[in-house]
Amino acid sequence: MKGETVVPSALDQLLTRRQLLQASRMGLGATALGTLLPQNAKAQTKPAKAKHVIFLFMAGAPSQLDLFDYKPDLDKQFKQPLPESITKGQRVTAMTRGKEQFVVPTMFKFNQAGENGIWVSELLPHLAKQADRLCMIKSFNTNAINHDPAKTFMCTGSELPGKASMGAWLSYGLGAINRDLPDFIVLNSAFWTGGTRNVQGLYSRLWGSGFLPSKHQGVKFQTNGDPVLFLSNPNGVDSTVRRRMLDITGDLNRKHLEEIGDAEIATTIAQQEMAFRMQSSVPELTDLSGETQEAMDLYGPEVHKNGSFARNCLLARRMVERGVRFIQLFHRGWDHHSILPKQLRGQAYDVDQASAALIQDLAARGLLDETLIVFAGEFGRTVYGQGKLARDDYGRDHHPRCFSGWLAGGGIQGGMSYGVTDDFSYNVVDQPVAIRDLHATLLHQLGVNHEQLSFPFQGLDQKLTGVEPARVIDEILS
Amino acid sequence: MKSIFKSRFSSELWLLFGVSVASHAVILPFSHGAEQEIGFNRDIRPILADRCFHCHGPDEADRKADLRLDQLDDQGHTAEMLGGGDAETSELIERITSSDPDVVMPPPDSHKEPLTPEEVDRFRLWVDQGAEYESFWAFTPIQKPEVPALDAEGDTWALNAIDHFVARRHVREGVEPSPAADRRTLIRRLALDLTGLPPSPDELETFLADESNDAYEKIVDYYLKSSRYGEHMARYWLDLVRFADTNGIHHDHYRDLTPYRTWVIRSFNRNLPYDEFVRDQVAGDLLPEASDDQLTASGFNRLHMIIDRGTMLPEESLARNVIDRVTAVGTAFMGLTVGCAVCHDHKYDPITAKEFYQLYAFFNNLDATPETGGRSGTDFQRGLQPPYIELPSAEQRQQRAEIEMQLASANGEHEALKKWFAANPEKTSGETEATDTSTKDGAEQSETPSKQDVSAERESKTAKLEQLSTQIKSLTDRRNRLLLEIPAAMVMKERSERRPSHVMIRGAYDQLGEEVQRGTPAFLPPLEMANPGEATRLDFAQWLVSPEHPLTARVTVNRYWQQLFGVGLVKTSEDLGAQGEWPSHPDLLDYLASAFVDSGWDVKSLMKLMVMSQTYRQRSEASPEQYAKDPENRLLARGSRYRLDAEVIRDQMLAVSGLLKEDIGGKSVKPPQPEGLWQSVALPSSFPNRFVADEGDNILRRSVYTFWKRGLPPPQMTILNAPAREECVARRERTNTPLQALLLMNEEQALDSAKTLAVEICLNESPDSIADLYERITGRLPDESERQMLLSALSDFESYYESNPNLAAELVRSAGGEGIEDERLAAWTMLVNAVFNLDIAKTRS
Repeated sequence: MKGETVVPSALDQLLTRRQLLQASRMGLGATALGTLLPQNAKAQTKPAKAKHVIFLFMAGAPSQLDLFDYKPDLDKQFKQPLPESITKGQRVTAMTRGKEQFVVPTMFKFNQAGENGIWVSELLPHLAKQADRLCMIKSFNTNAINHDPAKTFMCTGSELPGKASMGAWLSYGLGAINRDLPDFIVLNSAFWTGGTRNVQGLYSRLWGSGFLPSKHQGVKFQTNGDPVLFLSNPNGVDSTVRRRMLDITGDLNRKHLEEIGDAEIATTIAQQEMAFRMQSSVPELTDLSGETQEAMDLYGPEVHKNGSFARNCLLARRMVERGVRFIQLFHRGWDHHSILPKQLRGQAYDVDQASAALIQDLAARGLLDETLIVFAGEFGRTVYGQGKLARDDYGRDHHPRCFSGWLAGGGIQGGMSYGVTDDFSYNVVDQPVAIRDLHATLLHQLGVNHEQLSFPFQGLDQKLTGVEPARVIDEILS
Repeated sequence: MKSIFKSRFSSELWLLFGVSVASHAVILPFSHGAEQEIGFNRDIRPILADRCFHCHGPDEADRKADLRLDQLDDQGHTAEMLGGGDAETSELIERITSSDPDVVMPPPDSHKEPLTPEEVDRFRLWVDQGAEYESFWAFTPIQKPEVPALDAEGDTWALNAIDHFVARRHVREGVEPSPAADRRTLIRRLALDLTGLPPSPDELETFLADESNDAYEKIVDYYLKSSRYGEHMARYWLDLVRFADTNGIHHDHYRDLTPYRTWVIRSFNRNLPYDEFVRDQVAGDLLPEASDDQLTASGFNRLHMIIDRGTMLPEESLARNVIDRVTAVGTAFMGLTVGCAVCHDHKYDPITAKEFYQLYAFFNNLDATPETGGRSGTDFQRGLQPPYIELPSAEQRQQRAEIEMQLASANGEHEALKKWFAANPEKTSGETEATDTSTKDGAEQSETPSKQDVSAERESKTAKLEQLSTQIKSLTDRRNRLLLEIPAAMVMKERSERRPSHVMIRGAYDQLGEEVQRGTPAFLPPLEMANPGEATRLDFAQWLVSPEHPLTARVTVNRYWQQLFGVGLVKTSEDLGAQGEWPSHPDLLDYLASAFVDSGWDVKSLMKLMVMSQTYRQRSEASPEQYAKDPENRLLARGSRYRLDAEVIRDQMLAVSGLLKEDIGGKSVKPPQPEGLWQSVALPSSFPNRFVADEGDNILRRSVYTFWKRGLPPPQMTILNAPAREECVARRERTNTPLQALLLMNEEQALDSAKTLAVEICLNESPDSIADLYERITGRLPDESERQMLLSALSDFESYYESNPNLAAELVRSAGGEGIEDERLAAWTMLVNAVFNLDIAKTRS
C-alpha cells in the first residue's frame, strides 16, 4: 500500500481527458505517457528531497514570545512603554490603536534543548526533546495584521481570496502518488484546550484550488460521520449492491461512450470506479485498530479522542505511509488577546506531545527524510500586553513583523535556529523569512522551482510565491 | 500545417508537453486563411502580451529600455526596433532569434518561454508586411459585420445569421456540420438550457406529438415564458456578482441580500432590458424617484465580502470594499481585469493606476460604515446593515402599523406616568409636609389630596406603570419578530459630502498619492455627464450601457453564448482584455453584440436567436476523432456536450421525482447537509455558528435558493464546481472527480429522490416501467439492449434483497409506498440510483 509508484496513478489525476486524447493521437500509449510525465512536468525541475508535506497550521497565531523567541532581558522592562524607536509608527490593529503599549515579558521559563542548546519554552517539553531534529525559524514575517487575510496569505500566498493553496499547487504540479486517496487532505481539530474565547474561523479557501482546476483542492476529512463526504453507502446498500449498481451504470456508460464518442464518459466511468475503491481505502486509512499500543501511546492520551490534534497527527503519519502528498492540520484557539498564560498552556498541551510524536514516529519508520513538517501560525503576537497586564495574567495582540515556527524532516537541518529578532521580538534584524520564502523553500524541497510552477489566469502567470522576489532559504537545507 | 501559436486554453497541456508537441495537437480557437496574411490582433498581440508586455507594455513604471511594444510610441523607438518592411534588418527579429543569453528576448531570467520557430516565422511575416499595429479588437467600436454569403449547400443548412458565420468557418476548416439532433434530445437540451430543469413528461409528449412546422419555435417560446427561466438565468448572474448569505470575512455572519436575488429573477422573467438591468444595479438609487425595485437593484454595490467590526482598521476595510466593488464592475460589466491596476499601471491593458482610482471615486461614497457592526438588535439578526429599505407585504405593513400605533400609545402613557412619578417623589419617612408646600405647581398644591388618597393613587399608578412596561415589552417583541419576517434590501446611497479619492501607492490604503476626480479610462469612449460639474455614478452607469461602449455588449453576448454552448466565443469570458483569448468567431461576436444593442438590449430575443440557429440544434454524437480534434467544440461542427451544473443536477433529481417545490423568490433555505461542517470552521460566536437544516417544503426548493455560507458553502454544490461566491466568477470550470461520483451515489436528497420515484413506479408498475424511468431521467427511450441490461440489474437487485430482507427494509424505511414489498421498492430504488448516475443523466447533450 505504501505508494511508491508515481507513474500510472498520475494519469487520471493529472491529465484531463483532453490531454489524454491528444496524447493518444500522438501515438503515445498510456504507459509511455505515464513515464513521460514526471520528467516533462514543468513543475518538477530538480530531484526532490521530500515527497510529502505535513503542515501543522496553528490558526490564531501562537505567541512566539512565550514559546520560541527567548528574550530574558524583557523581564526588567515589565510595564515599561515600548520605545518608539522599535515600533516606528507601525500599523496596529483596531484593538490597539490609540492605546499605550506596555511591555509584558513571558511568565514562562525557557530551557536549552538538544546538542546545540536551542531555547524552548517550558510549555513544550516533548518538542524540546526533538530539538536536534528541529529547525527553529524566528524571523517569519508577513504583511497582514488580521487573521483572515493573514491565514489566506499563509495558505495561498495572497491576502485576497481566489488564489490556489499550497497543497493545490503541489497536487497540480506533481500529481498524486496513490490513486486511491486524495493527494491533498485537510484535518481540522474538532476541539482544543485553550477554550472557546480566543478562536478564529476557518474558510474553505484556505485549502481551495483558486484558479487551478478544482480537482486539486484539499479534501477536508470530517471528524464525525464519513471522513470523506458522502463516502458511505446509505443504509440498506452494502458493497454487493453498490457493485451491481456500478456494473449496470458502467455497462450503460460504456455503450453510450461508443455511441456518442465523447471520452468524458470514459472519465466518468473511471471516477466512479475510483469512488468505489475509496470506499475501502479511506476506511482502511482511518481505522486505527491495527496500531500498536506503543504507537498510540507515543501521541499521548488525547489520541483516543476522535478529532483531537493528536489523533490527526497519527492520521497524518498514516497518510504519508499511504502516499498522500500534502496533509494540512488546522489547530485553532491561539488568538490570546487575554488570559494568555492559562490558555497557552492548554494549547501547548494539545500540540506538544503530538507533534513531537509525529516527528519521532516518522523518523522511526524511515519516513522523516522524505516528509517535510512545518509548524507555524499566520503571524506572531506583540511584546506589549493586552488585558490585565499582570506578571502572570496578560494577553498579546497580533504582530505581523516577526513570528516563530519550526520545520523538521524533508531535507531540512535539525538542531538549528534561524533568524534574529530585536530585543523586543518586534522586528527581524537578520535572516528574514517572508511567507513567500517559506513557500519557495517548501516547493524546492519537493523538487519544484517556485518561479516555474505557474498557471495563467486573469492575464498573469500566477505563482504561489506571487510577484515579489522569493528566496529559497538555502542556509537551512541539509 | 495549421496555425500553431500558443493559445491560452491549452495551458495545462503546455505545461506537460512543451511547445513543439502541443503545436499539432491543439485545436485552436481560430485558424489562418491559406493566404498567410498576418493580423496584428490575431497573430502577434497574444504573443507580445504573453512574453513581452510585462517589461515593454502599458505600465510605464516597469518599462525596460524605454521601449513599449503594445503600441507605437511617440518617439519612434518602437518603429525603429521593429524595422517594418524587412525582417532581415529588424532588430526585433534579431533579438527573438539570438542564441546569446544576453541578447535574446524574452531574457532567460524572465522565465518566459522562448518564441517557437513558428512564432518567429509569424513575426518575420508581420515585419515583412510592414509591422502594422491594429487597435485592440475588443476596444474598437462594434460594427455590425455583413452576414457572409454561403454556397447552396451552406444556404440550405443555415437557418439564421449565426449559421452563416459558423458555416463560413466550417468551410475554411474543411469540416462538415452535424445533422440536427432528434426531438427528444432537443427538448431536453432546450429545457435544461433555458430553465435549468428537464422537460416534464407532458411537455415531452406535447412536443413529440406536435407535427406543425413551428413546433420547435413554440417550445422555445414556451420555455422563455416559463418563470423557471428567470431562476435559471439568475443563477449565472449570482456567480458573476458573488451573491451569498454571509459576510465572508472574520465572523462570517449572516447577511441577507435575498431581495436582490428575487429582483434579479423577476427582472429576467420580465425581460428587463439589459441596459436598464445594468444601470439599476450600478446606480438605481440615483434615478429620480427611484422605485423599490431600482433601489433593491443598487444592492449590487453591497454584495462584496465585508468584515465585521473589531479587528481591522476601518479605513483599510473601506478601501477593500471599494476596490472589490470596482473590480466587480470591471469583471461583470466590462470583462476587464481592472483590479490589476490597484497597485500599478495594468501590465497588459491600457488602464493606469490613476484611472483605476478614478473609477474608485465613483464607488467610494457609500453612506454606511465600512464594517458590519453590533452583535445584537434586529438589524444583526436580520443580517442587515444600513442603509436598507423595508419591503413589507401589505399584510405586514398593516400589522406593523397596528403594533406601532399601540406601541406609541403605550409609550405615551408610560411617559406621562413617569413624569407624574418624577413630579411626585415618594416621601421617605423623615420628610415633612413642608416639602409638599414647596411644590411649584400651584394648581396641584391647592388640591393637595389626603395622605391616604396619594398612596392609593400611587399604588394604582405603579400597577399601571408595570402593566404598561409589560405591554411595551411584549409589543416590542412582537414588532421585532415581525421585523425578522419583513424583507429588507440593502441599498446604495451617496453621502451628502463626497469622500475624496486618491491614488493609493502600491494599493496601500495608508499611502495616498495624488487626489483624483471621477473619470473613465482614456482608451474607452468619453463619459457624458447629465449635468455639468462632477460626474455621478449614474453618469457612469449610463456610460457603461451606451451603444458606443465597445465592451459591455460584447462581454454580455459572449457570456450568454457560453451558457448555451459550453464555451464562449471568447473562451476567457471574464477577460476580454489583451490577455484574454482571441474570439473563435470574431465577426459572429460583433454581429450578436450589435444585434443585441439594436434590439434594445433584449435578452430573451438574444437567447431565442441563439437557440433557433441550426448551429445550436446539431446533434452532439460524433466520432472519437472529431471529439479529439475539437474537444471543446470551438468549431461548432456538432452540438455541445457538457456536464450540468451542480444546481441543475440537484434540481433535476428533485424534479423528475416530483419532489421539487416551485415557489419563486424569498429567503435562502437550508437543505440537509452532513453534520458538523460549519462547526469545523466557524467561530463559536459567528451567527449562525451551527447548521440547522430546514424542514418541509423549504428543503425541496430549487438550488438557487440554497443558503450560501462563504466560509463553507454547501458541499453538494462545491463538489460539483460551484464557486464559494467570494469573488466574481464568469465561468465555472467543469471537472469530473471521484468525490462527485460519491455525491451522486450517496447523498441524502439524491437517495430520497430515487426512493420517491421508485415508489411512484411501484405503485403503477407495468411492462413499460423501465422505459418510463429511463425516459423521465434522460429524456430518451432505452433501446432493446439497454432495456435488457436494466431488467437484469433490477432482477439481480430484487433477488439479492429477497435474500437480505433486513437490508431492503433499511433502505426503504420512511420511503412511504404503503403495500409495496420492501424488496421490490429497494430494487427499484437502486435502479433509479443507477440511472441518476449515468453520464447521460448528468450531462446536457
